[in-house]
Amino acid sequence: MTVSSKPVSKPFDLKALFNRPAKPYAHPYLGGVILGVVLFLALFLTGNGLGSSGATSRLVVFAQDQFVPDHVDRTPYLLRMAGGDKNPLDDWLVPVFFGALLGGFTSGMIFGRVKLETTKGPRISDRTRWMIAFLGGILFLYGARMARGCTSGQALTGGAVLSAGSWVVMLCIFGGAYGLAYFVRKLWN
Amino acid sequence: MNFPLLAFQNVSAANPWTYLVFGLIGFAFGFTLEMSGFGNSRKLAAQFYFTELTVLKVMFTAVITAMVLTFGAVSLGLLDYSQVWVNPTYLWSGILGGLIMGVGFIIGGFCPTTSLASASTGKIDGMMFMLGGFVGAFLFGETEHFFTDWYNTAGYFGRVTLMDVFGLPTGIVVLMVVLMALFMFWGSEQLERIIGKKDMSREPKLRLYGVGVVVLLALAVVFIGMPSTEQKYEKATILRTVPELQADGKVTEIQVKYSAEEALNQRLVQVTPAELFKARYDQGLILTLLDVRSEADYNLFHLRGALNIPAEKLKSRIPELLATSAPNAVYIVMGNDEGLATQSWRLLTAEGVPNVYILEGGINNWITVFGHTDPEIQPSSAALDEQLKFLFPAALGDRYECSDPDPIENEHIEFTPKIQLQMKRDKSGGGCG
Repeated sequence: MTVSSKPVSKPFDLKALFNRPAKPYAHPYLGGVILGVVLFLALFLTGNGLGSSGATSRLVVFAQDQFVPDHVDRTPYLLRMAGGDKNPLDDWLVPVFFGALLGGFTSGMIFGRVKLETTKGPRISDRTRWMIAFLGGILFLYGARMARGCTSGQALTGGAVLSAGSWVVMLCIFGGAYGLAYFVRKLWN
Repeated sequence: MNFPLLAFQNVSAANPWTYLVFGLIGFAFGFTLEMSGFGNSRKLAAQFYFTELTVLKVMFTAVITAMVLTFGAVSLGLLDYSQVWVNPTYLWSGILGGLIMGVGFIIGGFCPTTSLASASTGKIDGMMFMLGGFVGAFLFGETEHFFTDWYNTAGYFGRVTLMDVFGLPTGIVVLMVVLMALFMFWGSEQLERIIGKKDMSREPKLRLYGVGVVVLLALAVVFIGMPSTEQKYEKATILRTVPELQADGKVTEIQVKYSAEEALNQRLVQVTPAELFKARYDQGLILTLLDVRSEADYNLFHLRGALNIPAEKLKSRIPELLATSAPNAVYIVMGNDEGLATQSWRLLTAEGVPNVYILEGGINNWITVFGHTDPEIQPSSAALDEQLKFLFPAALGDRYECSDPDPIENEHIEFTPKIQLQMKRDKSGGGCG
């Protein structure tokens, strides 16, 4: 592509920006190496790795604290994040969460993949996909809170720092998914 | 400079730029995930039907890359592993939670962070997963009280690493994980070729060089090894808040960083018997009295509640101390005099056990202060260094009056306080928990 082929006189076309052809994804090993370097830098500089489910939890507790602060004060689990004058958003996970949203969007913009669509298997309707995605989200985050971390906080971070418990969690995530995969194959294939 | 940087360890409104640091880390995280195709649920789900094993490849490449770099930095003495967050092991809630996550993964097609990458690029299913996630987190918060005991205690082992589990040196474990990952990559490429009908001849040759690099790095970790106790001690520092007189005559508190040896020489870590006595009644501290003398001396006389770990066995017990150490845990080491306790203090401090102190003058000093009225204990003139300077009628252990002095009688005892909690990291401060 040459620069001169760009229409210069045309005003900024928002629609065209979201309809560019999507560029291919990075090679998995390359993506993995970059992700690994990011994870290493996080560990090296801050001692904390990566994570996100904790932030989801904190955002929920923040909302609860706005509407039902008394309930939060009576629930020990929530109290750990938001008791008294504690701000549940005062945690490293929260900026990581919003950073990840912005980072994902930026990558999507650069490679032409920002597009309102639904990614799903060929045999199910959009509506079914939305419903199961919603249900999957409920289950995943419920499990993530129980295991004290998700694929990022436990499998990726705990895996890299060689935490014994995190390796168990990682095996169980893959075990659970593989165990059920056959029975829900119509969702994806 | 010691990594990780203390200033970055906790986000707080007090230093707003920590938000920026973590925001940038998150940005890079989201960017990489989207770039690798994790915004697309079909690509993620394909992992579980063996047609495309991108999830496994990206994830394990990331794990081994971060691992060899992290432990490489540790072995070069750049990074303090005891300050890196290692997810504590809660075995049973980890297993059940992991299985539930697996179910959510195959049904929903995302994991929490990939759903962020998906939602932010306009995928409606990603947004639905994210919304479901808020509901799931809400439900957990509201139902945790039904099983709070199980959740907090079942299979709790604290900070346990694979090295502890297998009893192998760090370098060997690192190398084994690398080899296991490489074997899995080889296996996934076979599966992609057979089940996914992918033409593997078009895969870049560069990945073979990558294998070489990562194996070399792992071997380097094996051969350099982890830093010795002496090397770690050289780098150990102790923070103290001290009052300082300002030019305008006001006194403000400033934080001063001392090297471990400076702290010893300036007697910042030696607590008087009186302070130890008072600390035993301080509800804000989890106090552990570590009696590092021989078992024989311990049986003759010790402080009530003191734990006997002879100095030569102390090193093997350190992982245990580190695994379950709370931020307000305080350890006071004691010998008959100060020499043995000081050696033990150096060891514990080097290995990253926080808040370790020495009983000033040891047990001999304790008895001089609290036991001089006890007719049963008689001074002995023949004692050498690091021996008990008293004679006891029998090995009564902690059944002497001065093993547990009367709190009412000694209520107004005076001392210069030395104990300051070094709040390195809140128990919930790291990780995703």
